[in-house]
Amino acid sequence: MSDALRVEGLTKSYGNGVDALKGVDLVVAEADFFALLGPNGAGKSTLIGIVSSLVNKTAGRVAVFGEDLDRNPRAARAAIGLVPQEFNFNIWEPVEEIVINQAGYFGIPRGQAKVEARKHLTALGLWEKRRDQASTLSGGMKRRLMIARALVHKPKLLILDEPTAGVDIEIRQSMWHFLRELNEHYGTTVILTTHYLEEAENLCRRIAIIDHGTIIENTSMRSLLGRLNRETFVLYLREPLETLPKVADMEIRQQDETTLEVDLVAGQSLSRLFDALNQAGLEVISLRNKRNRLEELFMRLVKEGNAALGQGRIAGDPEVV
Amino acid sequence: MNLRAAWIAYRTIVIREVLRFARIWVQTIVPPAVTTALYFVIFGHLIGSQLDDMQGYAYVDYIVPGLIMMSVITQSYANVVSSFFGTKYHRNIEEMLTSPMSSVVIVAGFVTGGVARGMAVGGVVSLVAYAFAEPRIAHPGVALGIALLTAVVFALGGLINAIYAKTFDDISIVPTFVLTPLTYLGGVFYTIDLLPDFWQQVSLVNPILYMINAFRYGLLGVTDIRLGLAFLITLLFALALFLIAVRMIQKGVGIKH
Repeated sequence: MSDALRVEGLTKSYGNGVDALKGVDLVVAEADFFALLGPNGAGKSTLIGIVSSLVNKTAGRVAVFGEDLDRNPRAARAAIGLVPQEFNFNIWEPVEEIVINQAGYFGIPRGQAKVEARKHLTALGLWEKRRDQASTLSGGMKRRLMIARALVHKPKLLILDEPTAGVDIEIRQSMWHFLRELNEHYGTTVILTTHYLEEAENLCRRIAIIDHGTIIENTSMRSLLGRLNRETFVLYLREPLETLPKVADMEIRQQDETTLEVDLVAGQSLSRLFDALNQAGLEVISLRNKRNRLEELFMRLVKEGNAALGQGRIAGDPEVV
Repeated sequence: MNLRAAWIAYRTIVIREVLRFARIWVQTIVPPAVTTALYFVIFGHLIGSQLDDMQGYAYVDYIVPGLIMMSVITQSYANVVSSFFGTKYHRNIEEMLTSPMSSVVIVAGFVTGGVARGMAVGGVVSLVAYAFAEPRIAHPGVALGIALLTAVVFALGGLINAIYAKTFDDISIVPTFVLTPLTYLGGVFYTIDLLPDFWQQVSLVNPILYMINAFRYGLLGVTDIRLGLAFLITLLFALALFLIAVRMIQKGVGIKH
């Protein structure tokens, strides 16, 4: 499989002296679903901006499906569909017109553009709104409009910069389904940045974490999650607890009269815990992982990165929304 | 992007630009027509009737070419400066920058939109003018050629202004403090023969004088300057501004970090 995106030694220094990217190397394979995570100001949007020709790089090389962005920028750009973080369409134009115009900018004849626009607007639940001015759409609809617009020229690489920010859970779930279909059935390579770490965990196969302009982790999601050696579960009991049960090698804490917290390290079995609770006459009616697994790892990695750089954050934790 | 794709991209921008000013015709087409009608009532009839003929024409007829060209200049400039700055301000420009379109296509598309508005308003103003003055077109080719070239020059000027502009104030400074004075002093209302020698020489530095006089030649057959020189100057301005605009878009001046 070829590389959908290859970034080598990418640096970006802004006029105010800020080094947003410090020699970033990154490879995204064709047909991958790739998460690019990082705290605010880490360099994610700058990296995406350079790849999609919205930001001038200071040094380095970017190639999209083998097309060098400096030597053959038009071929590279033709392969990319971008869903930016902020709404950037003309809010006074009708929905359908926005998508058709975008197709026009890519040289697609109007008749074909109309067909493509209809296909994507329908798939994203916006066809009924096609004649409405974009300013009248809700936040979630505007996000979906940007996805439809990004897909109208059939890009081989779709870059989504926080596509579900501010979107309610129902629409977010439908967008996940849509993106998964796009990746699995059409082979579109997807690069996703998000602050919702469960989104990355649910959708992506590979992950890179960027912090202070440097890639601090780049691996498969499975491998990354496999490194998590400690998880905390919250258990809800049917009846109020009278005595805190004891289980060998497990730390159990009581949060309130019907809620327990248990720390499990890698290899420890939940079954053993349930057996012990059953023997104590306690019935568990539900349980949940206290914190998203990826979130836990993300915070640890970024904290380690900060400590290495001597740049502890005010609250001690990275900013995760 | 092959030639056909480039043509589709260019046409997309042009249609978008024309629809934009057509949708808001009350703001874009009507005001110049009203202003021109007022010029004709006040300067043409009330004051002009008290003046002698100018270069063999009644004053009301003499000012027709200048007023039409004034509309073409201001409207072609205004269209591109406001449209491109708005596109940049609302970040719609990103739609074009992420596409395979070349800078030449982007510049050509916006400029054509500006020329379309300049010529459309010029047409409306001509209709208003001929309600007050006698219709005359001595040399149609010259009139159309210089009007088109002038619209191109000022559409390009508007584009470069918008590229540099950071605030809405920045897009009104040039029209207010540069364009309007140069247009009024560019022979819209008078022949430079009326000026003292020194001011005649100063006027010859103003490129708008050449454009207005060439257009006056196209309509009335009279001019203060050499026609060839007027076309050469306008063409050179158009070429220079086009190259500057394309280079600026290529480098991302004012539109990329």
